[in-house]
Amino acid sequence: MTGTPDHDARRPPGAAPSPRRVDRVGLIVAVGLAALSAVLFWDAARIPSTGGYAGIGPADTPRLIGLGLALLAAWAAWDAFKAPAEPAPAQDLPPILWIVGGLGLQLLLFRSAGFSIAGGILFACTAAAFGRRKLWITLPIGIVFALAVFAVFAMLLELSLPAGPLERLVFGV
Amino acid sequence: MGAFEQLLNGFAVAADPMILFYSLIGVTLGTAVGVLPGIGPALTVALLLPVTYGLDPAGSLIMFAGIYYGGMYGGSTTSILLNTPGESASIVTALEGNKMARAGRGGPALATAAIGSFVAGLIATLLLAFLAPSVVKLALVFGPREYFALMVLAFVTVSAAFGDSARKGLTSLFLGLALALVGIDGLTGQARLSFGVPQLLDGIEVTTLAVAMFAIGEALFVAGQRHRDDSGVLAIKGSIWMTGADWARSWKAWLRGTFIGFPIGAMPAGGADIASFLSYAAERRATKHPEEFGHGAIEGVAGPEAANNAAAAGTLVPLLTLGLPTTATAAIMLAGFQQFGLQPGPLLFVTNASLVWGLIAALLIANVMLVVLNLPLIGLWVRLLTIPTPWLYAGILVFATMGTMGANPSAVELGQLLVFGVMGYLLRLWSYPIAPVVVGMILGPMAEQQLRRALAIAQGDPLTLVQSPVAAVLLGLALLALVVPMILRARGQGEVLAHLAGNED
Repeated sequence: MTGTPDHDARRPPGAAPSPRRVDRVGLIVAVGLAALSAVLFWDAARIPSTGGYAGIGPADTPRLIGLGLALLAAWAAWDAFKAPAEPAPAQDLPPILWIVGGLGLQLLLFRSAGFSIAGGILFACTAAAFGRRKLWITLPIGIVFALAVFAVFAMLLELSLPAGPLERLVFGV
Repeated sequence: MGAFEQLLNGFAVAADPMILFYSLIGVTLGTAVGVLPGIGPALTVALLLPVTYGLDPAGSLIMFAGIYYGGMYGGSTTSILLNTPGESASIVTALEGNKMARAGRGGPALATAAIGSFVAGLIATLLLAFLAPSVVKLALVFGPREYFALMVLAFVTVSAAFGDSARKGLTSLFLGLALALVGIDGLTGQARLSFGVPQLLDGIEVTTLAVAMFAIGEALFVAGQRHRDDSGVLAIKGSIWMTGADWARSWKAWLRGTFIGFPIGAMPAGGADIASFLSYAAERRATKHPEEFGHGAIEGVAGPEAANNAAAAGTLVPLLTLGLPTTATAAIMLAGFQQFGLQPGPLLFVTNASLVWGLIAALLIANVMLVVLNLPLIGLWVRLLTIPTPWLYAGILVFATMGTMGANPSAVELGQLLVFGVMGYLLRLWSYPIAPVVVGMILGPMAEQQLRRALAIAQGDPLTLVQSPVAAVLLGLALLALVVPMILRARGQGEVLAHLAGNED
């Protein structure tokens, strides 16, 4: 699988380098990596240092990786100022929010509503992200689909999936 | 016992009807996910891990390997008929294959891809069978420091050697290494980065990470794309059989692809996608019909398709003999072995000889199944390509969350899925590679253990790491693999490396 079928999708031919002098994305990455590095060092500081024979203990690997992340943060910041900014592919926000929202709803509902209803909501939200906005059609399709998945994997293959009112009604579990 | 007798014993294991059934499911699923854009073998194996928890270990592992092989076959169909690669190792196949399909020669293109995959899969799996015992002998002299050096080499080749930027590859790798720290330290039992959340003590599941990055990250990226390429599926026109001239031009390309792909897969030098790019370059140089390249040259389909299958088989050499995954799919297969309490490596060939040789024999059988599935039944797979994108991705996400819930039905786990999914999206958006995150995540804790063991043996003297010749050479190679591409890029010769971006599967 691949996210970008061809490299052209990422860098449209003829796309001029961004006129901005500082690459904003590069800076975000640099700050994120620096923060992650700080978390590793902070957590390592609380681990008792018991190197034993090896001379390095459980706190030292996080420090090593934290150091690597800090260097990469500096490198990212350097590139953000020096290298020309790469144009990121054009993206629409609403579809992203549909999918994130669907996953969030599923996360909130899967215990009370069960696998099929929560999964059906995710299904409908994802379909909406790809342009099928008629929820009164996609939601029932999604619920039936998730119920079929539940039947195969939970009933046949005995995978433990959360059951809700619908599963109890249909399968009596 | 020689490899030949072992392999015969393997066939006795693989001929069991249940095992044959598992391998049939594996190759069928593999072909399907190979054909479908947006879902690949790494994701499929990750999704199936929780499902196979209670099933037969040998059967499940054979199924996973079948998925890997099948993915390589199926990917070509999409590349040729849709001009969108079904998975990353088929990107170059689209270059010539789609041109052939447009010129009404889709049939021969599909045929040379399938037969080439068969030839390559057959030769490469036999090479695997006869090479593995010697690598095992070699691996037996490996101590902790040699393993550590080998893992460092794998880290560098997976992350920094190919692709368009060493910095981006290393960033992805270190993200994976950092995520791997979460949970209880394997040597001392010390909790790290768990912030008092009990669910985090178990660490982050590699399957959750892989599913989030591959399924959710990918779905977000495709959904957000403003300009979607909606070119339709090309119908297969004319005969699917190759002419005599096609055969004459294909067979050398198959063999060249096999002998390029297998070593690339077997050495920790990146996966099938890199092999297919190198094979394409080699075919372009070797061809007697240079004018056809770019307009549908059959060698440009035959070589890369053979190469990616050979590389998939090659990847199994370090995975089975050393426990060293060099691609995302191999990393997840390693997680599969661990799920059944098996640790790939030299000992596996002694303690579970029947499983290992059964697996290798099953792959030879799977290869025959695949050529049948992909040639006479090709029409069935083409129909898969007509599933509308909204339904396809909606279904993929329901399956993705199903796998995670099946492994561990907790809000923390689903929350991780969401967080890592968004992370995978951002990595994709800003063109950071995904595979190093997954490989770093699974190989990181193993490298840490070997490092600490090596240092414990030497009572804390770090020089021990370079005092064995094998370890010193491996670390030297790792340094070269890091520095040479950086110099090439700095001198403006990095374009080739960017094309070789070893990405997902």
